[in-house]
Amino acid sequence: MVAEAPKVPGRSYQLSLWARLNNNRDILGLFFMLPAAVILLLFLTYPLGLGVYLSMTDSRIGGVGNFIWFENFEWLYGDRVFWLAVFNTLLYTIAASIIKFALGLWLALILNHHLPFKAFIRAIVLLPWIVPTVLSAIAFWWLFDSQYSIISWALQKMGIIDQYIDFLGDPDNARASVIAANIWRGIPFVAITLLAGLQTISVSLHEAATLDGATPWQRFRHITLPMLTPIIAVVMTFSVLFTFTDFQLIYVLTRGGPLNATHLMATLSFQRAIPGTQLGEGAAIATAMIPFLITAILFSYFGLQNRKWQHGGRDD
Amino acid sequence: MSNFTRRNVLKTGAGLAATGALASKGLIRPAFAQDMSFTPEDGASLRVLRWSKFVQGDEDLFLQNVAKFTEMTGVQVQVDNESWEDVRPKAAVAANVGSGPDIIFGWYDDPHQYPDKLVDLTDLCDYLGGKYGGWFDAAQTYGMRDGRWIGMPWGASGNCLVYRKSWAEEAGFSEWPSDTEGLLEVMRAMSANGHPPGFALGNAVGDGNTWTHWALWSHGGKMVDENNTVVLNSPETIAALNYVKQMYETFIPGTISWLDPNNNRAFLSGQISLTANGISVFYAAKNSDDPAIREMADDIYHANMPIGPVGTHSELHLFTQAMVFNYTQYPNACKEFLRFIMEWDQYQPWQAAAEGYICHPLQAYDENPIWTADVRNTPYRDCIRNMLYNGYSGSLGYASAAAMADYIVVNMFAEAASGAKSPEDAAADAHRRAERYYRI
Repeated sequence: MVAEAPKVPGRSYQLSLWARLNNNRDILGLFFMLPAAVILLLFLTYPLGLGVYLSMTDSRIGGVGNFIWFENFEWLYGDRVFWLAVFNTLLYTIAASIIKFALGLWLALILNHHLPFKAFIRAIVLLPWIVPTVLSAIAFWWLFDSQYSIISWALQKMGIIDQYIDFLGDPDNARASVIAANIWRGIPFVAITLLAGLQTISVSLHEAATLDGATPWQRFRHITLPMLTPIIAVVMTFSVLFTFTDFQLIYVLTRGGPLNATHLMATLSFQRAIPGTQLGEGAAIATAMIPFLITAILFSYFGLQNRKWQHGGRDD
Repeated sequence: MSNFTRRNVLKTGAGLAATGALASKGLIRPAFAQDMSFTPEDGASLRVLRWSKFVQGDEDLFLQNVAKFTEMTGVQVQVDNESWEDVRPKAAVAANVGSGPDIIFGWYDDPHQYPDKLVDLTDLCDYLGGKYGGWFDAAQTYGMRDGRWIGMPWGASGNCLVYRKSWAEEAGFSEWPSDTEGLLEVMRAMSANGHPPGFALGNAVGDGNTWTHWALWSHGGKMVDENNTVVLNSPETIAALNYVKQMYETFIPGTISWLDPNNNRAFLSGQISLTANGISVFYAAKNSDDPAIREMADDIYHANMPIGPVGTHSELHLFTQAMVFNYTQYPNACKEFLRFIMEWDQYQPWQAAAEGYICHPLQAYDENPIWTADVRNTPYRDCIRNMLYNGYSGSLGYASAAAMADYIVVNMFAEAASGAKSPEDAAADAHRRAERYYRI
């Protein structure tokens, strides 16, 4: 498509600069990428860069701080609350992601069968994902209330417990409670996406395997799971990222309490940066999340990427 | 305060005159000194940001006063509301970016975060203090820095003990105790009768911070000394922790998770006999649609936080003050607005409409009839009189704000009370956390 400059006697170049640029593949390519690049630079790279920069300053809200290199990180290193938040975040992410994956996959397999009112049921399954997080968090707040919990009330009426369960007042209970709320909210995403993946698996593979006498478990293990791996990689990457950066559930349910047992890095970062006005330190906590997030992405990329054996080839 | 002799003279003089007049004639409107006013700039208009109302009466009367001001001066005032916890970051951004509302009603030590971005309000505050019997000590501490006023104290949402009188009597306490030991006794007795108390020990911005700071200070503990050196890990602090641990033994289960609304709910449903709260529980009860809850209102009584081993009142309340920002084009209009709403003729009806929610920073406003209209209102009258300030006894600023936002004191008490840490360990740990903020 590159237009050649017409040969005109006496002059080797006749086209205007504009026309030449207009016909240059490289220039045009850059030009067409510009809108996307501007959006990425302006709304992703700049805020991220600013966040990292702020983490190396002693800025307060709205103010310009001094550049202090890694002093914020050094202080955080000696801060037990920060390490507690790191521990909580890892526990929260790992526990919630594994359970969300297991239950989500199970749900997807069920929904993949021919059920009556299939479309309707699938729509219902999506509900927890559609409800605004804050609303579902408030609902959970009542479910977990130390005085009014309907769960405690029901269990007590059934004679299973004598005393109301202290869902959010005991550190271990509180961790389990917020993880449960996160799981409830996150399952639909996993289930529906995996369902989409399941439907791309050719029925003929299963038919062939059935004819060969494969049990349902063998079909799942050797056909469904391998074919689904690329989707699982994508879903779990997103799921881990969403869980790791969760904020609203915690903020509504516990504000990081009791005794900071449910403070995640995101909530601690907010608490220090905005109500506490220590913007630099808050940014440092947020920046400290980046290595974890990159690790999670690399893990799913290398661990679960498309492999040759899934298509009948051999891995080297 | 040696550089405030003029103010103090005015204060004493006017205060004596005011109380004298009241005592002798029993006037509803105390006789106050002469008026002063600022002349708004030509074409002035104002933007005011305040925290969203807790009670409707507050907003209604506030807006009425604003309308009255516009009518008198011709200055248009646009009032914006923001949830009370969001005002602080907004104000900080406005101060540092140099644009935003002309006046912001912020919280606690806000003016001390950016003192050089604020208009000096010394003339206004001297005038108000002189006319209305002087500012309470804590109000003065909050409003002043380096000998000048940078914020105009507006009031506080007071925090008192809220209790069920019949249950206290049933437990053998016809008189409500006024010291910490007595409080513990009545708590134990009520709890033994199946009516436990409950105080918020979760990360509750308002209800968690206020009563735990009282517990700390009433036993002589404090986070920092006058030189901003952290002194939290002290025998006094450990005594306070042991005291609260004993209180906690009488609590209803679950208080470690309580955020600001929990104690209100538990009290109104009759599950707890005592808590520390604003007047909102009583307000909600007497205005309830449910006759049973309205009946409960007759049984709800209030008392100031008791005096501990230090021998004086040592309370913390949600304190709010107005800031005028340097970037305003109309500083005189701002001052005139603030003067106007603080004058008795405007402040008194506003405070009355808030039904005890807002305690005044000016001593003469003790005379507001709202405080004696119902004996249950009276304790809230003395909240600012009995108040210390967050970051006591150091200076106000970044560290005091950040330490409170990080719930250091609340967490320390929750850890010790729940047994997650021994009082000694909880104090040592909180001490280390506080040092992080007071390092500069």
